Amino acid sequence: MSRIALDCGFLPLVDCAPLAVAREMGFAEEELLELRLHPQPSWSAIRDKLAFGELQAAQMLAPMPVAMSMGLGGVPMRIDALSVLSVNGDVIGVSRPLSARMREIGGAGDFTSALAVGRSLITAMEGPLRVGVPFPFSMHAELLYYWLGALGLQAPADLDMRTVPPPRMAEAVSKGEIDAFCVGEPWGSIAVEAGAADLILPGSAIWQFAPEKVLATRHDWAEAHPEPVSRLMRALWRAARWLDNPDNRMTASEILARPAYVDVAAEIIERALYGRLKVSASGEERRVSRFVEFYGSAATFPWRSQAAWIAARWAARTGIDRAEALELGRASFRTDLYRQALGPIGADLPNASEKLEGALNQPTAVTSSRGEMFLGPDQFFDRLIFEPPAPSSMR
Amino acid sequence: MTSTLKIAIVEEDRERALLIVDGLREAGDFDITVLGDAASLSRRLSEINPDLVLIDVADPNRDVLEALTLASGPLDRPVAMFVDRSNDQATKAAIEAGVSAYVVDGLRKQRIKPVIDAAIARFHMYSRMRTELAATKAALAERKTIDRAKGLLMQARGLSEEEAYALLRKTAMDQGRKVVEVATALVTAADLLR
Repeated sequence: MSRIALDCGFLPLVDCAPLAVAREMGFAEEELLELRLHPQPSWSAIRDKLAFGELQAAQMLAPMPVAMSMGLGGVPMRIDALSVLSVNGDVIGVSRPLSARMREIGGAGDFTSALAVGRSLITAMEGPLRVGVPFPFSMHAELLYYWLGALGLQAPADLDMRTVPPPRMAEAVSKGEIDAFCVGEPWGSIAVEAGAADLILPGSAIWQFAPEKVLATRHDWAEAHPEPVSRLMRALWRAARWLDNPDNRMTASEILARPAYVDVAAEIIERALYGRLKVSASGEERRVSRFVEFYGSAATFPWRSQAAWIAARWAARTGIDRAEALELGRASFRTDLYRQALGPIGADLPNASEKLEGALNQPTAVTSSRGEMFLGPDQFFDRLIFEPPAPSSMR
Repeated sequence: MTSTLKIAIVEEDRERALLIVDGLREAGDFDITVLGDAASLSRRLSEINPDLVLIDVADPNRDVLEALTLASGPLDRPVAMFVDRSNDQATKAAIEAGVSAYVVDGLRKQRIKPVIDAAIARFHMYSRMRTELAATKAALAERKTIDRAKGLLMQARGLSEEEAYALLRKTAMDQGRKVVEVATALVTAADLLR
C-alpha cells in the first residue's frame, strides 16, 4: 500500500472532531493517508474549493450535497455525501430582551420540549421573528422551518430567516439585527459567554436524529478514486468510534481547542461534547443526552431517507419537481460506497439503506450485517413520520 | 442590456476597496457601490439590486450572499456565482486570486469578463502591496532592536557605535545566529534585569 495525500476542508466547529481526531490520533496514518486539513472561512469557500479541485474532500452541512445535486445554489454540481460526520449538535438561542419576555409571559420552558418552548417564543415575539442561521442550505434552517412552521409561523411573513456567519452571531443578536439564532457549537456557548443571548433549545429537541455534517466529495472524483475514498472513510469511522468513548472526550476537547482547529478554550468545547450546556449568563446548566452524536445508532451511515427528507423540504419550499428532487437527493447519499469501504473492516451495516424517519421513540433493534444493531430514538417533536416514497429506480 | 452595469463590491478594508474601484474605473464605465459593513450587507444589497457583486473568496460574509442565489419572490432576479464553464482555467485563476463574483441571470459573458479581469489584477496588486508592507515593517522592527542593543553595549561597555555593532556581529557569527537574534536576546535580558 502506498502513501496517499489528501486535502480536506473544514470549518472550525466542535463537530469537525472526527476529522481532527482522524489526523491527530493516527487513524489516517494507519491507512497510510496523509490527511491535510484546511480550515475555511465559509461554507461557500468550502464548496468552491471542492468544486474547482483545490480540495478533494470536505466537511459539509448535510443539506449542501443534496441541494447542489438538485441544482440549487451558487454552484450547482453533483456532490456526494460519503458518510455522516455528526448527528445533532445545534443550539437555538434568543436575545436577552426576548428571553426576558419569554420568562415574563409564561416561562422560557425546560430546554426539552420544543412544543412548549416554541409556543412561549411565538407569544413573546414582537413582529416577524428574525432568525440567524449559518447558511441557507443547512440543518439549522431546516429545523427552524420545520419547528416554527408546524407551530404556525409562515415564512417570510412571520419568519425572516437570515444568513449570519457563526462568528458574527453573538454580535448580530446583541446589536438587534436578529432576535434569535440556530447555530453549531461553540458559537451558541460563545454568545452566552458574551452575555448576548440565552439558549432555549437544543436542535435534538426538534428532531432527535438530524444528520448535521457529512463528508463530501465531488461525484466524479469519488467515482474515479475508490482507494483514497475508502481510506478516508475508514479513518473517519475509526475516529468516530474513538470519539464515542466518553473517556476520550476530554482529549478530544483539548485537540479541538488548538489554534489549528476551533481555537476556543477547551472548557467551552467540552460543553457540547459532554452535553452540559450553560444556557444563560447567570450560569444555569442544562444536560442534553446525545447533544452531538458521532458514532452510536449508526450515526455515520448516510441514510438515503435522510437525503430524501431534505430534498422533500426544499422541493416544498421552492416548488421544484418533488419526484426529481428526491431522486437526485437520494443519489447523493452514497450508501453503496459506505458499504464497500466499511464492510470489509467489520463495521456493522444496516441491511436497509432507507428507513422511516421519525418512527422510533426508543433504541430499537434492526437487522444488520452482523445480526442486529440498534437505531433510534429519532422522533420529530410533532411525532410525524416521514415515509420516503419508493425510489423510481434503484441504484 | 446596454445600460451601465451596476456593481457592488463587498470589502471592509477601505484602502483595498478603493484600489479595486480604481481598477474597475480604468476598465470601463460602471455604477459602483462599496459595501463595507457586514451588519447591513443584506439590506443594502436588496436596495442597490446590483447586476454583479464582487467579494473576496475568503470573506466570511460570502455565505450571506448565498441567500441571493435563491430567487424567493417573483421580483427577485436569480443570481449565480460566476463560473466560466467554457474556460475552467479562467474561473480557477479568479478563485486563486481571491475573487468571487455573483452575477444576475442573463448577463452576457462579454460584459462580465472585463470586470473580473480588472478585479483579478487589483486583488493581485493588493496582495503584493501587503507583502511589501509586511517586509518593510519587519525590516524596520529589526533595525530598531539592533539600535537598542548597540545603545545598551555602548553604555555598559563604553564602546563606540561601530565597536558595538562589530561585537554584535562577531557574537552572532560565533554562535551561528542572526545579528537580530543576538540583539533581541540582549534587549530582552536587559529589560529583565532593569
